[in-house]
Amino acid sequence: MAHDGSPVAPGAAPGASAHPTSATGRGLAVRDVVVHYRDDDGTVATAVDGLSLDVAPGEVVALLGPSGSGKSSLLRAIAGLEPVSAGTIAWDGADVAGTPVHRRGFGLMFQDGQLFAHRDVAGNVAYGLEMARVPVAERRARVGELLTLVGLDGFERRDVASLSGGERQRVALARSLAPRPRLLLLDEPLSALDRALRERLAGDVRAALTATGTTAVFVTHDHDEAFAVADRIAVMDLGRLLQVAAPAELWHRPASRRVAEFLGYEAFVGGSSRVGGLVGASSEALLALGPGSLRREADGPLVGTVRSTGFRRGVTELVVDVEGLGEVTVVEPSRADPAGVPGAGEAVRLGVDDDAVARVAG
Amino acid sequence: MTAVAAARSGVVAGRGGRLLGHAGWALAVAAPLAFLGVFFALPVGTLVLRGFVADGALDLTGFTEVFSRPRTWRIIGLTLAQATVGTAISVLLGLPGAHLLYRREFRGRGVVRALVVVPFVLPTVVVGVAFRSVLSDSGPLGALGWDGTFAGVVAALVFFNYSVVVRTVGAFWVQLDRRAEDAAAALGAPPWRVFTSVTLPALTPAIASAASIVFLFCATAFGVVLVLGGTRYGTVETEIWVQTAQFLDLRAAAVLSVVQLVVVAGALLAAGRARDRRERALQMTAPERASRPPRLALRGPGRRAGDIAAVAVTGAVGVLLLALPLATVAVRSLRTPTGWGLDNYANLATTGGRNALSVTVWEATLTSLRVALDATVIAVVVGGLVALVVSRRPRARARRRAVRLLDAVFMLPLGVSAVTVGFGFLVALHRPLGLDLDLRSSPLLIPIAQAVVATPLVVRTVLPVLRAVDSRLHEAAAVLGASPARVLATVDWPVAARSLGLALGLAFAVSLGEFGATSFLARPERPTLPVVIFRLIGRPGAENLGMALAASVVLGLLTATVMSLAERLRHGSSVEI
Amino acid sequence: MARDLAAGTTATPRAGSTTDAAPGARTAHGRRLAAPATVVAVGLALAGCSAIGADDGGQDATASPGEEGGTVVLVTHDSFLLSDDLVAQFEADTGLTLETVAPGDGGALVNQLILTKDAPLGDVVYGIDNTFASRAIAEGVLEPYTSPAASDDVEQYAVDDEGHLSAVDVGDVCINVDHEWFAQAGIPEPVTLEDLTAPEYRDLLVVTNPATSSPGLAFALATVAAFGEDGWLDYWAALRDNGLKVVSGWSDAYYVDFSGPTSEGDRPLVLSYASSPPYEVAEGATEAPTGALLDTCFRQVEYAGVLAGAANPEGARQVVDWLLSPEVQADIPESMYVYPVDSGVTLPESWTTYAPQPEEPYTLDPETISENRDDWIQAWTDTVVG
Repeated sequence: MAHDGSPVAPGAAPGASAHPTSATGRGLAVRDVVVHYRDDDGTVATAVDGLSLDVAPGEVVALLGPSGSGKSSLLRAIAGLEPVSAGTIAWDGADVAGTPVHRRGFGLMFQDGQLFAHRDVAGNVAYGLEMARVPVAERRARVGELLTLVGLDGFERRDVASLSGGERQRVALARSLAPRPRLLLLDEPLSALDRALRERLAGDVRAALTATGTTAVFVTHDHDEAFAVADRIAVMDLGRLLQVAAPAELWHRPASRRVAEFLGYEAFVGGSSRVGGLVGASSEALLALGPGSLRREADGPLVGTVRSTGFRRGVTELVVDVEGLGEVTVVEPSRADPAGVPGAGEAVRLGVDDDAVARVAG
Repeated sequence: MTAVAAARSGVVAGRGGRLLGHAGWALAVAAPLAFLGVFFALPVGTLVLRGFVADGALDLTGFTEVFSRPRTWRIIGLTLAQATVGTAISVLLGLPGAHLLYRREFRGRGVVRALVVVPFVLPTVVVGVAFRSVLSDSGPLGALGWDGTFAGVVAALVFFNYSVVVRTVGAFWVQLDRRAEDAAAALGAPPWRVFTSVTLPALTPAIASAASIVFLFCATAFGVVLVLGGTRYGTVETEIWVQTAQFLDLRAAAVLSVVQLVVVAGALLAAGRARDRRERALQMTAPERASRPPRLALRGPGRRAGDIAAVAVTGAVGVLLLALPLATVAVRSLRTPTGWGLDNYANLATTGGRNALSVTVWEATLTSLRVALDATVIAVVVGGLVALVVSRRPRARARRRAVRLLDAVFMLPLGVSAVTVGFGFLVALHRPLGLDLDLRSSPLLIPIAQAVVATPLVVRTVLPVLRAVDSRLHEAAAVLGASPARVLATVDWPVAARSLGLALGLAFAVSLGEFGATSFLARPERPTLPVVIFRLIGRPGAENLGMALAASVVLGLLTATVMSLAERLRHGSSVEI
Repeated sequence: MARDLAAGTTATPRAGSTTDAAPGARTAHGRRLAAPATVVAVGLALAGCSAIGADDGGQDATASPGEEGGTVVLVTHDSFLLSDDLVAQFEADTGLTLETVAPGDGGALVNQLILTKDAPLGDVVYGIDNTFASRAIAEGVLEPYTSPAASDDVEQYAVDDEGHLSAVDVGDVCINVDHEWFAQAGIPEPVTLEDLTAPEYRDLLVVTNPATSSPGLAFALATVAAFGEDGWLDYWAALRDNGLKVVSGWSDAYYVDFSGPTSEGDRPLVLSYASSPPYEVAEGATEAPTGALLDTCFRQVEYAGVLAGAANPEGARQVVDWLLSPEVQADIPESMYVYPVDSGVTLPESWTTYAPQPEEPYTLDPETISENRDDWIQAWTDTVVG
């Protein structure tokens, strides 16, 4: 999938021509939105705190943030399921505040699918079409198309209770896409799945969204997933947006140390400090180092002590306590012969891979 | 919502729809409330108020007077004792039954499940005679010496309420995630420790809920206490009856009604708390398809001690407590003056020995079925609406409280004496609310009275199912373009419809067997089956007794059939068959 | 659009991860839903022709006998029963439609009339007995009416001089005895009330509670009449000490504790009615297995009267006349299993053989009963129950 960060031009996706509103309009505009959350005990918390965000027609934006950062609340507010305390949400320039959920034409896909247990697979996918009073023949054809799209050909009459987790989420995706929502909101749609499936499905979701040219907001706490799916990523924390950027820009130029930390960067080199061969970027900026930023070199400028070693899907991970930096993960291809891998407590010399070091804006 | 937003066209449409929605909910609240108001609160309130008004002024001296009688305290004490002991034993015996009938599979389980409900709806006068036949000195259990004792009353209360515990706890038990028990076993807990440390705590909400309902039934039991308690065991309920129907001491009756209401409200409060926990718990268990329960294992290497204990306890209860009185009725219904035969059943097509009746028993059966049908329709509509409203979780706290209150209010009919309701009807329903309409002699009043009693059971059956619908399912439907009305129709209804089968069955069975309020409204030319049974057993002669018992068997079979059909509906054909 | 979608398919391999997929998918949801829906639909359809819509019995009746008289509502107890022919004849003769409501028995009936006297439940009442008669009159429930059909027999049971109530039937509450039991035991049957306290009859008698049962109350009144207000409680104490059993209702006493032919119990003496024995005579038998002890009886008298505030007072009076007519009087024994008040009526043969009326039953003035009933029940309870 494209991680090049270039914003998707309207109409670029193959299916976009079917979405006149999203292709030509101005898309979603969230302005200074505040969402309060009332707990069962009556305490009120601020889930979204004056947030603004734009999503262009046909664009897929990922809302990335740790759990509790308010991203689901924002998504629900956009869908109309959560009241907005302040600010506006507009589609195509028109405020949707007075439009009830079912007239917004926004789709929403849940983490656990929320399939209707009393309907079979086709019944689930057809639901939105029934609500839109699409004629039966057309409905049947559309259901078939969508099931093909998500790879569930011939699943029409299956009982949803008999589906695997992955199949359920595919049905949920097909169901959300069937009525051609002007905007599709996906709330952690893959989080409940196992990793391998999640990675494959992320690609499939991206493909389905681009194939249909659907404008989408994709909520996730997993940055790999966000990178795989989105044209742009909005990083959210404590109810506010920290940064909105294309995946590559986000990765290489995190806007703050908090963003970088969330992306997995482990160590930071400040302003004028000098560690080994590493020089601080400028007086305001930080250099961020993460897994892959350092590699073992016999004459590398940095010196560290191995704290632990790990093995993961074809790579060896060494957690190394680097003098002046702290703990950084060093990743290298694993070898059949473990003899070459240093053990805990051994000293190693390390060099820097400049491309794998991010510059954090001040 | 800003002014700009309000000006847009979509908003106007939205507002209109919302107004319509508000009107719909208002109606869903108002219609059941009006029903309960006119047919329950108004009659009961009017009668109780009469007890507190003397010469046009409020007079509460009745309290001091009634409470200064030592008899009052003895009666309150006995009521509480009887209800507490009856409830405790029902729960203790009901748990193994629930395990057996809901967590184990065996041939004939469906039949047993349906039969267990029969006592719940049999007319008390028949049960009284059957029970006393068993317990009296000359009966098979006469050696126990329980006739006319506290123990006899408790035994009969357990007889009536056993099925409430089995069904309430069983239905919950089925849905419990078995993996927690597996985990405990894997951690080295022996079966009995698994039960006490994992299963029992998980079941507690359901047990508490069942217990509070049973407590309610026990505390307000009437006929069975009168018949089996002999002369010594008055309860608040029997005392209200004596004071109202015999002595017309409305003051004393009103005071006792207030006492009863306090007891009932306490039980309801406890029930509500327990239910909240239960329904929360229900939500936590994954609504995946319920795996089939394991088969009963009594023999061989795979036998389970728990199963053996459950079979032993349930078998003993089934034989001694349930089957013996029921069999007494069935066997005696086959006895004729000349030996054994089906003569009594053939006689059901007659009007009884020396014309004890104005109609044949079959005609009365038909009347009963029709009345029960009306009552069922009313109860399911009213109860369904209440369950629907109460299943919502409004954002505003005040509304949430209002919803809970509504729930509690509709339970009250279970806890108010039938004589108060019956007399109240006659006092209050002449020109109710100023309408020029004398409802007292309306033939509709009988199904309405039955519906008032059946409605709480409908609510209790449908509500947990509706509440268990994940609110995100509603949201999923809404974002797919379903208006609130269509969300109800396409998400809630299909789920509720499954529990509706059971609700229909329960309402129907309860209406079929209702005697208390019906007896005050009966129309001699069109009596119901329990009224006919009551009249037959009130006449001497082998023919009349035989017919009364045969008619009771018919009533019992009808009930069992209705319940087993309902049971099937509940699970849906694809699961149960 | 279809083409666009097809283009997208290539990117979406079918989910191969069916590890947790259940084998054998089911497709029965449609049917599962249909079942309850059908039940509801059928139920509603049936309800359409149920009691709500089916109470046309009254309307049919109105249609047949002509319109002029209107409807008259008879408030009675649930044992009220007369031959259909008689009712039809009455309606044809008077042009009235007879409707009956039965809100309760005995005391409950009177108490309900008292509670509803501002808006009476009907026009005429039948079934107030002599234990509650004075109370009903004192509470102003009734309108005076002396029927031209009233014979001297009716007069004999008059409650007051104004004629608020007319006696329609009488029934005698007596101790019944199981002949066979006594024959087998070789003990002579008791005859009087006093006999019942004798040691040879220990543990043999079962009666009903006067607080909850109307024969029970009648028997208590018999003892008051027999032993006086000073002596009756001593009598009950003696009964109690002689192994008396008290149960709450008649069915209970008769079918559970009594040793008679249709009963299961072990007590050969039971409180019942003088008219009970004929019911126990088996087909073709010539001797009754049970009998009534005619020296232990209390006479219950059932009255009819016009309700104060009746909507159709004229119709109400016609009903009273009708109840006293020779035809109805003759129908009473077979229909309601009590004796007609009219001594001129020929009783059914089985009655004269097996249910002779006591010559001198115990009686009490209704006024006295009304004044003391509650206190007596209380005193009885204190003595017998303790």
